[in-house]
Amino acid sequence: MEKFNTFTGIVAGVDRANIDTDALIPKEHLKSIKRTGFGAALFSDWRYNDDGSDKPDFVLNKPETKVAEILVTRSNCGCGSSREHAVWAVVQYGFKAVIAPRQDDQPGFADIFCNNCAKNGLLTIELSESQVDEIFQTLEKEPGVKGTVDLAAQKVTILSSSGATDYPFEVAADLKTKLLEGLDDIALTLQYEADITAYEATHG
Amino acid sequence: MSKTLFDKIWDAHVVKDLGNDEVLLYVDRHLVHEVTSPQAFEGLRLTGRKVRRPDCTFATMDHNVPTDENRMNITDPIAKAQVDALTNNAATTGVTLFPLGDDRQGVIHIIGPEQGIVLPGMTVVCGDSHTATHGAFGSIAFGIGTSEVEHVLATQTLRQKKPKNYKVEFTGTLPPNVTAKDMVLKLISIIGPAGGTGCAFEFCGEAIRTLSMEGRLTICNMAIEAGARSGLVAPDQITFDYVSTGDRVYAPKGEAFDKAVEEWKQFYTDEGATFDHEVTIDVTDLAPQVTWGTSPGMGVDVTGEVPALDAVAEYSPADVQGALDYMGLESGTKMTDITIETVFIGSCTNGRLEDLREAAEYIKGKKVAEGVRMLVVPGSEAVRYAAEKERLDRVFVEAGAEWRFAGCSMCLAMNADKLRDKERCASTSNRNFEGRQGKGGRTHLVSPKMAAAAAVHGHFVDIREEI
Repeated sequence: MEKFNTFTGIVAGVDRANIDTDALIPKEHLKSIKRTGFGAALFSDWRYNDDGSDKPDFVLNKPETKVAEILVTRSNCGCGSSREHAVWAVVQYGFKAVIAPRQDDQPGFADIFCNNCAKNGLLTIELSESQVDEIFQTLEKEPGVKGTVDLAAQKVTILSSSGATDYPFEVAADLKTKLLEGLDDIALTLQYEADITAYEATHG
Repeated sequence: MSKTLFDKIWDAHVVKDLGNDEVLLYVDRHLVHEVTSPQAFEGLRLTGRKVRRPDCTFATMDHNVPTDENRMNITDPIAKAQVDALTNNAATTGVTLFPLGDDRQGVIHIIGPEQGIVLPGMTVVCGDSHTATHGAFGSIAFGIGTSEVEHVLATQTLRQKKPKNYKVEFTGTLPPNVTAKDMVLKLISIIGPAGGTGCAFEFCGEAIRTLSMEGRLTICNMAIEAGARSGLVAPDQITFDYVSTGDRVYAPKGEAFDKAVEEWKQFYTDEGATFDHEVTIDVTDLAPQVTWGTSPGMGVDVTGEVPALDAVAEYSPADVQGALDYMGLESGTKMTDITIETVFIGSCTNGRLEDLREAAEYIKGKKVAEGVRMLVVPGSEAVRYAAEKERLDRVFVEAGAEWRFAGCSMCLAMNADKLRDKERCASTSNRNFEGRQGKGGRTHLVSPKMAAAAAVHGHFVDIREEI
């Protein structure tokens, strides 16, 4: 996995809650035995007309936001199917971070999606509902606005024409290390092979 | 210390505490299918790693396989590539495969229980979110992504953080013709599609204890639609009887079974154990449920109507508007006035023998309404054989339905079974997402009985007034 470096990129907003992984990548694009080539299929039902042409109103088809690297959505993003193809599509499109709001017990991201993101170096950032509202307002006023994501400092900075606004975020310490160092989970786990063998010996 | 059912099983599977709340969790059963596994096997090959426990890994083809007479001849080249990849991967790694054409093939979550692969107290994973199904045995079962599939293949473990405990109690006695499907749809509409995120449900209460294993499997199956990766039911005599009946090849037999049951009886939540969240639902007056929108929590009683934009607690008016636009519905429309063109009975939610029996019992001697297409897709080949033995296939065919071979079929429409643009469907599956059953297709989730009744009338009806 590649190391997660601080970056500055265009922010694109998809103003919907409960974006399911069927929407992120419809099933007709799951028929591959490879890990690559999914970027063009991201949001395909919302992004393309039946004849394959672009739907001009969709955010990823607008010239200002076409090359976005930070995705902002509403809550419960990535719900539904466990298909990791959804995360591959987001990453291969060019996104490096996804932002969604957490409110009380309502999480920004669905569990399996969140895990899949972590395995692919895609950072999921939970901000408050009012912070995400504010970002959507900025996107409305200034399409193509850029943001900086600094994982080491745990903050997103939205760089609007009226100035920079910082949004600090929480991230689990172990996940932060893994992303910053680009560590491979399987290699890490295989360090404990003796423990696994010992467990198997005592648990039939 | 008092422990929940979930905590007991979890604690028994911790190989090592990794710090930061993360543990290395041992996996007893790894279920594999053709769509989410090829990249995982490829990953192993590239790194020179082996499948650690092929004896604990079971595979089948279900997601993309055709369900018609020509199913052995897959014409879609990419679907065929996935099926061929699984065949080769199983052969080279020693993983047990139930291939297309085998009489044990079927939807992975139907055949796991059926073959006795999944048992109480186990940890079970699969690269599929409906793995939660297997929690009905009192096991920790959850869906994982392809990277985690590779991790389990290589290490037979997963790095996991323990979810919170969420008690879902169903009190009272279920009225006639109201089913497990209605119970779980009601739950999702109450707590919303993310109500259980970060949690494991324990389903309990009188209405769960009196449910068959099939009903419990249906409820656990849809835990993920409320955001919970897993949902469990404490095992009891109904569970033990299910495991000991039929030809469950991989289940313990004789003395080994008796010994296992003694162990399984320890899997219950202790008196005084605490839960992080709780919800109680009285099923005494529960009505059959029908969804109207594009998220599984967008459901109402069949006697109700499509709600006003601001009348749905778990969804914003904008979300409701978006759903109604997609579904081609207006607020205030009575659910029983909604006409349908297609009926799908099947899937890991409602593709078991009991589901087919219930639908057949209603539809026997009746006819599918003119202009309505009805597909009945058994969840497994074993279900198909059992149903044909009872002549349920004839009941469906005589009513005008299509009787198919086993597979996921129109639940996710990865094969040729799909809805056309704007086609409206009464479906016993689990997701009414936009495009789920085919691009532009409009899905209403219901129980098998409600689906059968909709097929006959061409619109939704209150099954309680029919039987």
